[in-house]
Amino acid sequence: MNNLSDRKIVIAIIFLVVGFIFLIRLFNVQVINDKYKFDSDQNVLREVIQYPARGLIYDRNGVLLVYNEAAYDLMVIPRQVKEMDTLAFCELIGMKYEDFITKFNKAKNYSRYKPSVFEKEISSKSYAKIQEKLFEYPGFYAQTRTLRKYPRESAAHILGYIGEVDQNLIDKNPYYRSGDYIGKSGIELSYEELLRGKRGVKRVLVDVHNREKGSYLDGEMDTMAVTGKTIYLTIDAILQEYGEQLMQNKRGSIVAIEPATGEILALVSAPAYNPNLLVGRDVKKNYPVLSSDKLKPLFNRALMASYPPGSTFKTVQALIGMQDGVITENTGFPCIKSNVGCHDHPTATNVESSIKMSCNPYYFSVYRKILLQNKSTSLFKDSEIGLAKWSKQVKKFGLGVDLGTDLPAIKKGFIPDVAFYDKWYGKGRWAFSTIYSLSIGQGEIGVVPLQMANLSAILANRGYYYTPHVLKRIEKVDTIPSIFKIKHDVGIDKIYFNPIVEGMQKVVEEAGGTARRAKIDSIQVCGKTGTAQNPHGEDHSIFIAFAPKVNPKIAIAVYVENAGFGGTWAAPIASLMMEKYLTGAIKDTVKENRILDANLMDVIPKEGQ
Amino acid sequence: MRNQKSIFANIDNVTVILYVILVFIGWISIYAAVYNEEHQSIFDISERYGMQLLWIAAAFVIAIVILMFDGQFFPTFAYPIFVALLLTLIGVLLFGAEVKGSKSWFKIGSFALQPSEFGKFATALALAKYLSGFNIKMQDMKTKVIASIIIGIPAVLILLQNDTGSTLVYASFVFVLYREGLSGNILLLGLYTAFLFVISLLMRINDFTFFGTVLSGDQLLIIILALIAALVAYITKRAKRFWMIVVAAFVFSAGLIYSVDYIFENVLEPHQSKRINVLLGIESDPKGAGYNVNQSLIAIGSGGFAGKGFMEGTQTKFDFVPEQSTDFIFCTIGEEWGFLGSFVLICLYIGLFLRIIYLAERQRSIFSRIYGYAVASILFFHFLINIGMAIGLAPVIGIPLPFISYGGSSLWSFTILLFIFIKLDAERINVLR
Ligand SMILES: [Zn+2]
Repeated sequence: MNNLSDRKIVIAIIFLVVGFIFLIRLFNVQVINDKYKFDSDQNVLREVIQYPARGLIYDRNGVLLVYNEAAYDLMVIPRQVKEMDTLAFCELIGMKYEDFITKFNKAKNYSRYKPSVFEKEISSKSYAKIQEKLFEYPGFYAQTRTLRKYPRESAAHILGYIGEVDQNLIDKNPYYRSGDYIGKSGIELSYEELLRGKRGVKRVLVDVHNREKGSYLDGEMDTMAVTGKTIYLTIDAILQEYGEQLMQNKRGSIVAIEPATGEILALVSAPAYNPNLLVGRDVKKNYPVLSSDKLKPLFNRALMASYPPGSTFKTVQALIGMQDGVITENTGFPCIKSNVGCHDHPTATNVESSIKMSCNPYYFSVYRKILLQNKSTSLFKDSEIGLAKWSKQVKKFGLGVDLGTDLPAIKKGFIPDVAFYDKWYGKGRWAFSTIYSLSIGQGEIGVVPLQMANLSAILANRGYYYTPHVLKRIEKVDTIPSIFKIKHDVGIDKIYFNPIVEGMQKVVEEAGGTARRAKIDSIQVCGKTGTAQNPHGEDHSIFIAFAPKVNPKIAIAVYVENAGFGGTWAAPIASLMMEKYLTGAIKDTVKENRILDANLMDVIPKEGQ
Repeated sequence: MRNQKSIFANIDNVTVILYVILVFIGWISIYAAVYNEEHQSIFDISERYGMQLLWIAAAFVIAIVILMFDGQFFPTFAYPIFVALLLTLIGVLLFGAEVKGSKSWFKIGSFALQPSEFGKFATALALAKYLSGFNIKMQDMKTKVIASIIIGIPAVLILLQNDTGSTLVYASFVFVLYREGLSGNILLLGLYTAFLFVISLLMRINDFTFFGTVLSGDQLLIIILALIAALVAYITKRAKRFWMIVVAAFVFSAGLIYSVDYIFENVLEPHQSKRINVLLGIESDPKGAGYNVNQSLIAIGSGGFAGKGFMEGTQTKFDFVPEQSTDFIFCTIGEEWGFLGSFVLICLYIGLFLRIIYLAERQRSIFSRIYGYAVASILFFHFLINIGMAIGLAPVIGIPLPFISYGGSSLWSFTILLFIFIKLDAERINVLR
């Protein structure tokens, strides 16, 4: 080793040995070993994608909401297509000759070597006929797909729909390939990764007669598709369907929550659509129709429509007033109609009766006391300090913030704060007198129905809530995401809820209450009416409620657009929903039929806007 | 002293012809790999073969320009070139564009250049300049350290660009150091370490039961090594000093075996350890790194003895093989030209490497000899990893096959690398010792 020039020999030998090893390996792979060989003149290797079945979806009681149905994509590899009887082929697959030419050219332009989808989603029935003859047409083969089916034709807004993944997402997420389906809205979107499963790939050898000769290398290189996970929703399918029935020929929404858990029992947005319309290739045809419909059936009002809460908001105002110590449960205020309009009623001498009678001037006074706590000598500055604190407290009720539910596209609503009014009127140029309509839940305030149902749940729980959600259980997994198990305290002492709850019971059950139509004979119902002022037409009817009074099982919010006062339409709908859920049947069929028969669709703009 | 003859005087025709053949094979392979009946013009620069043709033309111009230089230019300006390169590498880290996760490109319009490719010849020049210096001996510790620094700085800068493949290429300089006097034991030690690493990876996943005692793979391996050490010591019965070496070797091996676990669990990223596992056959993952190798083997294997013929390759056409015109270009050659084609290609490469060594050994200038070995080593390392990867013998590391893979930066950098040596060789007669 001392003679360095010998080392050239060592290095040359290393080079030669590596070259020799490569040649042995290549001889083995290319000549000796049959493993990688298939006669290229006779056979072609085809990569068939195994699409996994998407996870099934059940309701809370095991009622099937979504399943899959097989369908077939007819694929073509242009280079493998031989002389063929094109007319017979067109007849077989039920396609016009001109369409055949267009589609074939399109596939050819894409690639002669790579497979293209020739005809999408052929039903199992049509495919049975095609399958027998398909071998006569080399270059064509079928790939199994699955389509979503909705046996109950309801809950479209919760379930959402799936569609082909777009190029934008393919570039971002390496899992997806062109032609894959992906959840586009609802549960299909928020639990996409659970539901989709995992794609597999099978390699098969195909002979000149277009017949599969079995899997390549005994499937050694194949990957199995993994079926998507089955999930159970918190939705009660029977209640959901009943809600959809009640809301027929109306615009609005119903959201029902189990207060003790935050589980959403029903979430209705009307008008709704049949989820089976947005399946497979029908999407192209039906989506434009639905999205251009003036009634906006695709719009999920329960999550996306922001309305002023109206008088239902008085519950929140009373709670904040008592917690701040500016009123007690026995504080009374006169009904001074010059401050803000009201109806005729006996004077509200305490919080309980103010809720029962829904006195507007009473809450004008309450809100003035909340905002003006004499922290500053300037009326403007005092209003600013008061509003900042109030706004923060209201947001603890889950209003004006993202609730963090597992349904996508939920809106935050809006709770005005100092910055907003500073921008709107200018700093130091607004005070209580400018913004007093907030006292009765009107004005710049906006809340979505799910948040309102959550407010009912907070009242039912006397002070806390769990984030409303729709996922109950994943197959073979016991837990739900931990964020749905966090108890959110709204920062109001429990004792202050008593006069509110008592008042809410009287709203429904006592003479002079504003929602006598919500009464259920066998159950103690607590509720609060509201009317959302609508500058574009007839006001919206609102009702929030929970039942039974003790140990509540259901909390609900109902919005009926352009239906006027809350007690007229929203209250009876809420009571029917609660009775249905709690007892399974409706005793007062007169009430039920009045709702079912009502058509409020024509009551649109009163000013023709 | 200098004879002002043609710039082509005294150049080694064998090397130049081998170069031209390899470049030509590269171009027709790229043509076959991306050929499409709809676009038939070979000058279509919207297709890769059209672009490659432009790059080849430019590479020939670069080669001629290098031959026009004075041979003395390269040793004289070795350090300035090296420093310029280092500055460029730092510049690309700061201002470069990211392509496929590596921040190693300069983009000017649609034109992209990868400075790390040019690091190879600059480092080779600097190393040759340093080692050919007066009174430099490879045996000195100082020499080893400075040589390591010259190799290490560009390697680290390229590693920071997230280009692991190009970084590993710098390991090839160990051949150069070895030729210049680095102890062979260090080479052997490196090989032994790699061997032990692989063995312990293979053993660590199993437990073994002997007479009711459960041993982990690591423990079993250490016991076996201890037995071997004891056996060696007993048989040789040599001096005390030898005993010490055996014990030291054993302690080193045991430490290494245990550190493998640590490295695997704590140092490597999950995708890196997965890649190693797939390579060793511990884990199967047909859609990840192993997938590419499987597809590559199917393509090469399906070529058979004589191949499917030019442009008849189907596997590469289906896009079954990824990166078919760059890192996996060998698949197209293997599929379309079969074992015969593979055989010819490997002979061409080995022939080129041996020719370069032969030329290097005939240099009077130490600088030229060291540079020649650096050229041979770098080309060989690319050959080793690229083809080794395509046939499932080396890990999936994306580095180009010299002169053949698609890409302007790599073709130009290999051309510069080789033609500087051809120029040095052409002027060997002018060099005074
Ligand atoms: Zn009043």
